[in-house]
Amino acid sequence: MKRIPLNLWLGGLISTLLVGSAVLSRFWTPEDPIKMNILNRLKGPGDAGLLGADQIGRDVFSMIMAGGWTSLGIALTATIIGGSIGTLIGVTAAAKSGIFEKASGWINSVLFAFPPILSAILLGALLGPGGLTSIIAIGVFMIPVFTRISRGAAMQIWSRDYIKAAKMAGKGQALITIEHVLPNISAQLLVQFAIQTGLGILAEAGLSFLGMGIAPPTPSWGRMLADAQTYISTAPHLVLAPGIAIALAVLGLNLLGDGLRDLTDPRRKQAS
Amino acid sequence: MMLSIRDLRVSFEDSSGDSTEVVHGINLDLARGESLGIVGESGSGKSVLSLATIGLLPGTARASGQIMFEGQDLLTLPEKQMCGLRGRKIGMIFQEPMSALNPAMTVGAQIAEGLRLHKGMSQSDAKTEALRLLEMVQIPQATQRINSYPHEMSGGQRQRVGIAIAIALKPDLLIADEPTTALDVTVQAEILDILDDLVTDLGISLILISHDLGVIARISDRTLVMYKGDEMEHGDTERVLRSPQHDYTRKLLDAMPSRARKSLDQTGMEGPHA
Repeated sequence: MKRIPLNLWLGGLISTLLVGSAVLSRFWTPEDPIKMNILNRLKGPGDAGLLGADQIGRDVFSMIMAGGWTSLGIALTATIIGGSIGTLIGVTAAAKSGIFEKASGWINSVLFAFPPILSAILLGALLGPGGLTSIIAIGVFMIPVFTRISRGAAMQIWSRDYIKAAKMAGKGQALITIEHVLPNISAQLLVQFAIQTGLGILAEAGLSFLGMGIAPPTPSWGRMLADAQTYISTAPHLVLAPGIAIALAVLGLNLLGDGLRDLTDPRRKQAS
Repeated sequence: MMLSIRDLRVSFEDSSGDSTEVVHGINLDLARGESLGIVGESGSGKSVLSLATIGLLPGTARASGQIMFEGQDLLTLPEKQMCGLRGRKIGMIFQEPMSALNPAMTVGAQIAEGLRLHKGMSQSDAKTEALRLLEMVQIPQATQRINSYPHEMSGGQRQRVGIAIAIALKPDLLIADEPTTALDVTVQAEILDILDDLVTDLGISLILISHDLGVIARISDRTLVMYKGDEMEHGDTERVLRSPQHDYTRKLLDAMPSRARKSLDQTGMEGPHA
């Protein structure tokens, strides 16, 4: 039995907690996360709920749980969509050389030049702020990352003799890509998927901090941070709670990605 | 003649559009059931010659001349028909048993895929046939090994699987590109014996590419000596090795360790099973 690396343990644990509490928030939270209770206004941790209450008396702990669902939902959806499109372009570019490969390279470079926040503001101006805008903005920013990774990995696979053997067996490019290329690059894609989901959470928080994210009153970590700015000296728990939540979520998913890489990369395995 | 190559030239184009010719007009003929050894140092164009024959040259390569196989010119054959021919009529064994098998697929599935695609066999029929092929190439405990992944096998066993894949469709022509180079010397002999038996039993023609005259002497009827894309010498293996006509062949023979040369004198000439 292989020893599970520490970063995978820790990353897996944090990620499981994140997903678990986000899913749980759909069914149960200690308090209703959007219910105001003005008597609890700005009360500290322990005085009202586990993590205190915000400027209009909402339970911060419940908001963190519900905000986790928002962040994770948007980040995951965006990563799945952007990752699928990016991978599709990447493996196609690897299979077909020539004009398609060149064109995808140029488009990638253009996409890379836009930071996700900027493209979200552009999109927000076009579509109006909201969950869909966040998903599209973050998803678009995922495409070139996955295109580069899957193209590079797929090109390596295409140079192997077993691809020649598959051609001998009468397979076309599409079938070879599905049956031979994708299974052999899936580990690399999975690692990137975990890391990109973490970045997606960070991007979603940034967008809702700027008011381009999901509409209130749906709780969101980014907006909690934005709302807490004015109370930073009087009620620091309002800044700390969502801040730590974001940091932990990103850290957890990054550790998970790193751990998966260590587990699947044969070179690192031998080194450790 | 089953295969006859006339004036085959292959050139590679680099990104700036300049082309370099690496095979300069090779001619060769191969009859059914005959085996031809192609020998030469690295860069002599022997692998390019074999890739041209099965139409798997990289996109930057251009081939001209004629490769007639069972009455069709492979160089002008549309890709779709070439696809039907590859594997079914012409099989190939690769040099690196490590990279010739897909690490994410069981060996049984890899043998079976050609059977399913070219012959339209059902999943279970293909599996039965794959098992028979594994036994033919003498994989021990084939019933269990059929579900193994390539990394669970030794280099010699992987190369046997490679042979099983290549002969699965009972091709008329088998091209083996340095099939034993990556293997231990003891395993080399076993693989060559299996290859020789199969070729004799199934009546397959064989093109064996190697830089090793010992390997060539062991199984090929005729030998083509190549150097920098040109034919140096071509003739019966025995004649080429006993009385080389060309300086380069003599140099190749001299380059062999003296002990190997001695054993070549004793065994190589008397046929494959001496």
